[in-house]
Amino acid sequence: MKYKVNEKGYYGDFGGAYIPEMLYPNVEELRQNYLKIIDDADFQKEFHQLLKDYVGRPSPLYLAKRYSERFGANIFLKREDLNHTGAHKINNTIGQILLAEKLGKKRIIAETGAGQHGVATATVCALRNLECVIYMGEVDIERQAPNVARMKMLGAKVVPASSGSKTLKDATNEAMRDWINNPVDTHYIIGSVVGPHPYPDMVAIFQSIISEETKKQLLEQTGSDQPDYVLACVGGGSNAMGMFYHFMDDENVKLIAVEAAGKGVSSGFSAATTYLGKEGVLHGSRSILMQTPDGQVVEPHSVSAGLDYPGIGPQHAHLFKTGRGQYVSITDEESLDAGLLCTQLEGIIPAIESAHALAYLEKMEFKGGENVVVCLSGRGDKDLDTYIKYFNL
Amino acid sequence: MNRIKQLFQEKKNILSIYYTAGYPNTGDTLQIAELLEKSGADMLEIGFPYSDPVADGPVIQASSKQSLDQGMTLNLLFEQLKDLRKTVSIPVLLMGYVNPVLQFGVEKFCEACAEVGVDGCIVPDLPMVEYEEFYQDCFEKHNLSNVFLITPQTAEERIHKIDVLTNGFIYLLSSSATTGKNLEVGDTTEAYFSRIKNLNLKNPTMIGFGISDKQTFDKACSYANGAIIGTAFVKAIAQGNLEEQVSSFMKAFKA
Repeated sequence: MKYKVNEKGYYGDFGGAYIPEMLYPNVEELRQNYLKIIDDADFQKEFHQLLKDYVGRPSPLYLAKRYSERFGANIFLKREDLNHTGAHKINNTIGQILLAEKLGKKRIIAETGAGQHGVATATVCALRNLECVIYMGEVDIERQAPNVARMKMLGAKVVPASSGSKTLKDATNEAMRDWINNPVDTHYIIGSVVGPHPYPDMVAIFQSIISEETKKQLLEQTGSDQPDYVLACVGGGSNAMGMFYHFMDDENVKLIAVEAAGKGVSSGFSAATTYLGKEGVLHGSRSILMQTPDGQVVEPHSVSAGLDYPGIGPQHAHLFKTGRGQYVSITDEESLDAGLLCTQLEGIIPAIESAHALAYLEKMEFKGGENVVVCLSGRGDKDLDTYIKYFNL
Repeated sequence: MNRIKQLFQEKKNILSIYYTAGYPNTGDTLQIAELLEKSGADMLEIGFPYSDPVADGPVIQASSKQSLDQGMTLNLLFEQLKDLRKTVSIPVLLMGYVNPVLQFGVEKFCEACAEVGVDGCIVPDLPMVEYEEFYQDCFEKHNLSNVFLITPQTAEERIHKIDVLTNGFIYLLSSSATTGKNLEVGDTTEAYFSRIKNLNLKNPTMIGFGISDKQTFDKACSYANGAIIGTAFVKAIAQGNLEEQVSSFMKAFKA
C-alpha cells in the first residue's frame, strides 16, 4: 500500500484536487461515493460480468516465442488489444458508466487523444443508453479518422477542440469547461489516471484488472506470479498504472514506464514528461508536467496521439520521484520500427502507443531466461495510415 | 487598512472590472488601470494569463493566448506594475491560475504583490485546503486578501467556511459556468442570490460571470455589494483607441 493514495488524495507530493469551485460539488460527490460504490457486491458482480461477456476478459497473456528468441528472455504480451473496442480503455469506461448510473447522471462527457477512450466511452454510452459528448483535438480528429467515424456511428457527438495544440491537453480543457457548464446531470469519464482526486485512484482501480489477471496467468504459466520486468507505455499513464498496480508492492519486480520522446527529447518536439518536466499543477492535480519557467504548459509532440500529453498522472510522478518506477523514452521512429517488427515476428499489429513499450526491449540487456511482461495496450488498426506512410507500404 | 475593506465600508454598487494583463498590447497593462480609475471603476482585477484556463470561455481564453504569445510573464507584470500606486488608488487584485504562482514561488509572489501595492488575489483553482495549509500565512503576512468563489451548487456549510477564510469579499458566480455566458436572472438565480443575502455573511459579496451591461449590473447590485465585469470589457478593448474604448464602455455604467 506504500504507493497508493492517502486520505487527503495525495501520492507523496503529488495529487490533490486543484479545481475551480464550479467543479467542487461534482468532484466531492465522486470522492465521497466512489469507494462505497465500487466495493458494493452488486457493482462488482455487474462490472465483472460485463468485463467477461462484453469486453472478452480475461485478455490472454501470450508468450511471444519469436520475440523471446530475438531478445533472449521470455517475453509475455498482455493482450489488451484483444479487448472489445481494441484497447485497455474499455476497462475504465465500463466501470465509470456503472458508477455514473449509480450517481443518477444522464449525460456523459469525455476527452480523447487517439480516439480509443472516445470509442470506449461512446460504446458504453450506447450500451447503457446515455447521451454522449466526446471532445477531441482538431489535429487528432484528422490523424485518427477511423475512430471518429466509430464514435459517430455509436451515437456520440464529437466536438473538435481547436485551442492550443489542438490535441489531448486541449480536449481535456474543453471537457472540463463542459462539466463546469453542466454541473448537475453530467458525469465526466476521464480516460487516464490524471485529473483531480479521486480520478487517478478510481481509474487505476478499474484498470488494475490488467495486473490482477497477469499475476494469475504468470503463476499458471511460469510457476511464479513475479516477473523480472513489467513494461508499459505512458501518456497520462492508465494502461501502465493498470499493469503496475498489483506489482507496485513487489519491490523485486522492476517497473518500466516508456514515454514518447517524439522527435527526440531535446528536439523541442517531444512528450517525454519526466525528462523534460517539472513539478506543477495541470488538469486538477499536482504532478510533473512540461512547462516554461513561467509556468505555462508546453505543447507536446508524439507520433502517437495517445501519448501526446504534457503531463503524467500523479501516481506515476510518485513512482518516478521515489525511484520505484524507471521512466524512459522512445522516439517516433523507434516506436514505428518496433510496431513493424511485432507485426512481422508475431503477426500482431500494435497501436503506436503500445509499440513504444515494445521498442524499449531493444535497449534492455538480458542475461537469458528473465520473465518480461509488456502491456500491449491497444491494436494498431487506427494507426494503419501512419504505418503505411512511414514504411511506404 | 487594506484598500478593499475600505472600499466596501465606504461604497455601495461597486463596479469592478477584469482585464487580461498584456492585452491587447503587452505595454497596455498599467495604462488600462489608469484609464479605468479615471472613468469611474471602483476596483480592478488584473488577470495574469495561463496557457490552460479551464474556467474561462472563448473571449478570455483568446486574450490570454494573445498576451502570452506577445511575451507576457508574471515577472514582466510585476515590472509593469512597479509604479502602480503613483497613479492608481483604487483596490487592485490579481487573478489567475495556480501553476504560474507555484513556479514563481508563493512567498516571492506575495512579496511582489505587496511591493507593488496589489491588495488581493483570486486563484480559482487553488483549493481551500491547500490555501489553509500552505498559502494563508504568507497571504496574511503581506496583507493580501484571498477571494474565494461560490456557485449556486456550493453547499451552505462550505459557504460559511469560505466566509471564515476570506478577508476581502466573496465572489458570487451567477451560475456554474465558464466566463462570458450571459446572465439570465430567472427565478432560480434570484432564489440563489436571496439565499446568499440572507446568510448574513461577514464578508461583502460581488456578483460575477455574465454581467455585461447596465441592466445586468443594476440587477446584480440589488443582491450584492457590487458586480464584476470581465468578458464584455475584454471584448470592448480588443480594437481601436484604448482611451476612447475604455471611456465609452464605462459611460454606459455610469449613466
